[in-house]
Amino acid sequence: MRDSDFYFRKIDWLTIGLYFMLVFLGWINIYAAVYDEQSPKSIFDLSINSGIQLVWIGTAVLLIVLILVADYRLFENLSLILYVFFVVLLILTPFIGKEINGQKAWFEIGAFRLQPAEFAKFATALALAKLMEANTFDLSKLRYQLRAVGIIGLPVVFIMLQPDFGSAMVYSAFFIVLFREGMPNRYYVFAITVLVLGILAILVENNLIAVGIIASCLLILFFVGKKNWQKLVTLLFVGGIMVGYVYSIDYVVAKLPLHHQNRIMVLFDPDVDPLGVGWNVTQSKIAIGSGGLTGKGYLEGTQTKFDFVPEQHTDFIFCTLGEEFGWMGSFVVISLFITLLVRLIFLAERQKTRFSRVYGYGVVSILFFHFFINISMTVGLFPVIGIPLPFFSYGGSSLWAFTILLFIFIKLDSHRIQILGRLS
Amino acid sequence: MESNRPLIITFAIILLGVILLLKLFLIQVTDDSYLRKAERNAIQRIVDHPYRGLVYDRNGKLLVYNNPVFDIMVIPREFTVEDTASFCEFFNIKKETLIENFNAAKNYSWVKPSPLIKQISNEEFARIQDYLIDYRGIFVMTRSVRSYPQPSAANALGYIGEISANQLGRDETSYYRQGDYVGLSGVEAYYEPDLRGRKGVNYRMVNVRGVDKGKFKNGDLDTVSVAGQNIQSTLDLELQQYGEKLLAGKRGSVVAIEPKTGEILSFISAPTYDPNQLTGSKFGQNFLELNQDENKPLFNRPIMAMYPPGSIFKIVQSLVGLQEGILTPNTTFSCNRSLVNCHNHPNPVNLFGAIRNSCNPYYHQAFRMMINQEVSSNTFRDTQIGLDKWRESVMKFGLGDRLGVDMHGEKSGSIPSSKLYDQIYGNGRWKYSTIYSLSIGQGEMLVTPLQMANLAAIFANKGYYYIPHMIKAIDGDATRIPEKFRTKRDTGIDPAHFDMVQEAMVEALSGTAARAIISDIVIAGKTGTAQNPSGEDHSVFIAFAPKDDPKIAIAVYVENAGWGGRAAASTASLMIEKYLRGEITRPALEDYVLEGNFIY
Repeated sequence: MRDSDFYFRKIDWLTIGLYFMLVFLGWINIYAAVYDEQSPKSIFDLSINSGIQLVWIGTAVLLIVLILVADYRLFENLSLILYVFFVVLLILTPFIGKEINGQKAWFEIGAFRLQPAEFAKFATALALAKLMEANTFDLSKLRYQLRAVGIIGLPVVFIMLQPDFGSAMVYSAFFIVLFREGMPNRYYVFAITVLVLGILAILVENNLIAVGIIASCLLILFFVGKKNWQKLVTLLFVGGIMVGYVYSIDYVVAKLPLHHQNRIMVLFDPDVDPLGVGWNVTQSKIAIGSGGLTGKGYLEGTQTKFDFVPEQHTDFIFCTLGEEFGWMGSFVVISLFITLLVRLIFLAERQKTRFSRVYGYGVVSILFFHFFINISMTVGLFPVIGIPLPFFSYGGSSLWAFTILLFIFIKLDSHRIQILGRLS
Repeated sequence: MESNRPLIITFAIILLGVILLLKLFLIQVTDDSYLRKAERNAIQRIVDHPYRGLVYDRNGKLLVYNNPVFDIMVIPREFTVEDTASFCEFFNIKKETLIENFNAAKNYSWVKPSPLIKQISNEEFARIQDYLIDYRGIFVMTRSVRSYPQPSAANALGYIGEISANQLGRDETSYYRQGDYVGLSGVEAYYEPDLRGRKGVNYRMVNVRGVDKGKFKNGDLDTVSVAGQNIQSTLDLELQQYGEKLLAGKRGSVVAIEPKTGEILSFISAPTYDPNQLTGSKFGQNFLELNQDENKPLFNRPIMAMYPPGSIFKIVQSLVGLQEGILTPNTTFSCNRSLVNCHNHPNPVNLFGAIRNSCNPYYHQAFRMMINQEVSSNTFRDTQIGLDKWRESVMKFGLGDRLGVDMHGEKSGSIPSSKLYDQIYGNGRWKYSTIYSLSIGQGEMLVTPLQMANLAAIFANKGYYYIPHMIKAIDGDATRIPEKFRTKRDTGIDPAHFDMVQEAMVEALSGTAARAIISDIVIAGKTGTAQNPSGEDHSVFIAFAPKDDPKIAIAVYVENAGWGGRAAASTASLMIEKYLRGEITRPALEDYVLEGNFIY
């Protein structure tokens, strides 16, 4: 008794509270998204998605209990096995998976459909934590960098084969973990430069950017002086590459398949492909934008309810929230997510072992990427890549996967003193 | 490992979260265009067009009713056609029209219905009805167009058409919307507010496929339509049709008025057209053709054509002279042809003889006495004063200004004032010898056929009139017609003066218009000839009958038909008989009029 009392006081109830608030809000929004005024059904009705989601939530609670009562050492010990298991599943998926929307990303087991890519995320986070467990794992050295990137990249390769670019992109979030653990700045500077130049290349006249780059180089040259030949050559080289990159963007974009081109171009001009990709973004923005400050009221939305927004209960669930609860609703949900993420960073930082900390940051990275990219794509800040909003979107695979992801960390956190004791 | 990287990550996450909130604030709170777009998406404003009021003649015969037509509506997002050519052939429209209409629909909305093919007739609809389900994204909406059981009284009834941008701008009540139909002329235009009823609006919610999803806000914003009110016009359909038959193949006007009430019994503008031409999908094309027709069928002659009144005006001159005390029944002048031309008749004549024989020199001399009363020693000044005084009296006969009939576009005619002659000749540079043509209804004097018919009514009524009008009752209620049509207007002429004038008009017929005489109906009339500088003179005749209890006053103009005694008097006589007796006893006269063809 005494032991379990101690244990329950060590659990971070704040995080669990935030989790259930988000799950609850998601659930009522799923009901709003599928609600039909002309034949209203109960939110518990199993013939509509809100009823099914409640089943998923119930089973997720079971999973939570299982995780919390399991031995805390289990996850660390199983991490590599789980990773191998899911990578193998991912390899098999394209061959035995069920084809939905041109993707073979789903496994069918009886009436249930599971998406291995969702579960591979927490397995990868565990494996990465295991890999970096030792203090000798120094990310400033190329050898270790390659190993870390290898662990992250392996599932990506197979997810791309399904092909599911959205889920694959999620894995780039692990670079947040690597950043925390000492990955050198230069990679991030490089990545951000490539991204910014890429966006500029689409938005701004290329020659203008080229002039800007050359001017910056000359400015740096002026301050550095001519003393250092090596630096001068590097600078010229980098400047040249950047100019070349900018000019190549248009060419590369033109070479992409048309529907990928449109997904990018639609960010800058919603009138591109107004009935295809543009339709989603335009209608999604209309739904959210029409919510105003306080929203149209629960179940009073018209845009999501009447099918103007596609995928309204899954990837575009945020539209329902924005339309019916307005900016206030958006504010509450975004604040909950930010609070959760900041809390998780706090928890990760208080871990006594590197394994727990790395896993904690893995959770933060994946949740943040999903949260930020999902909402960004509904408001037209990011291409539509079809990833769910954690805890919110309809779907068993994603709810289970995010629940497992989060609660393994809550479990690890609640045992942080014992873990330390074990090590010492 | 001490590092600031956890802080950097924390701040980056918070910063990106704030960026999301800012972006959301921009589209949700500061920009309300999304709200409008959402409403355009999902809320359909369905206008419930009321039934337009019907129009009946004075005996309750139907003149105007509504006929259903069908619009093919399209929802652009749903609409697909595999074979455009066969689609166009099936619906009997041009490919360019289809593309044009479809583009307009797309521009309006991708998900809400717009008209694709307008006003398909009942017969057409029966043909295509069963095949409509073969096409996705189109459905049928029923509307109604005006229809006329008898192709009669086109210019009097007027027509309806799509409201113009100009009219929309002038609509202060904001009742009308683009594409609404309004009365554009005749009774349709004048009684538009009564006939149109009130539109109802239903707000429905539709989903992305255009499927109805129920009332918006439980129908709180919806309004019910109110049907337009039926109108009874003063026209006598039978008389109208008979008059149109008589004037077929001629240019001219016939206006018949019930003198005691000012009710217009027939209102004929020839050549006319079938009012059914200006309804439905053929409106545009037919309107263009009618508008370009050199005989101007759309020109509403009874109120828009202006002619010099000619000899008929001599009766007005006589009455004004009598009232002023300048003339008496015994005033006698010689028929001095050196003053103005005349024709053979007994000489000299008193006033009765002057009317009866239409003696020009008589009125030349009588008019001089009315104008130059030697109020001023200056001849020029004296003429000015005299003319304006005379004009004032003449205008009381409803001349020189719009009568105010219930039709738009009425012309005022012209009774010249001293100001007009000052403008033409200069102040003090004109005198009686300049203006003497006015004495016999010529010169700078213009009247409309309606004003002429009204003169006949005044002579019949011995001095008063009601503004001629087309309305007898609104929604079955005679008291709802405008007040001005129920107000008696007085000419200021003593009724006693009319006895002799009426006698002379009866007598005049045997002299100048013997054809018009009916053995058992006493007609008082006066012929006239409106001089026409560009061709044969216009034939004019006014009359009322029976003389002792006038039931009908009539004015007939037949353009280019020469002397008034011929075509015009015969037509008037037949109309009077038709109205009073209900049948024609003189088929020979009828044939004579029917055969006349004065359009050249």
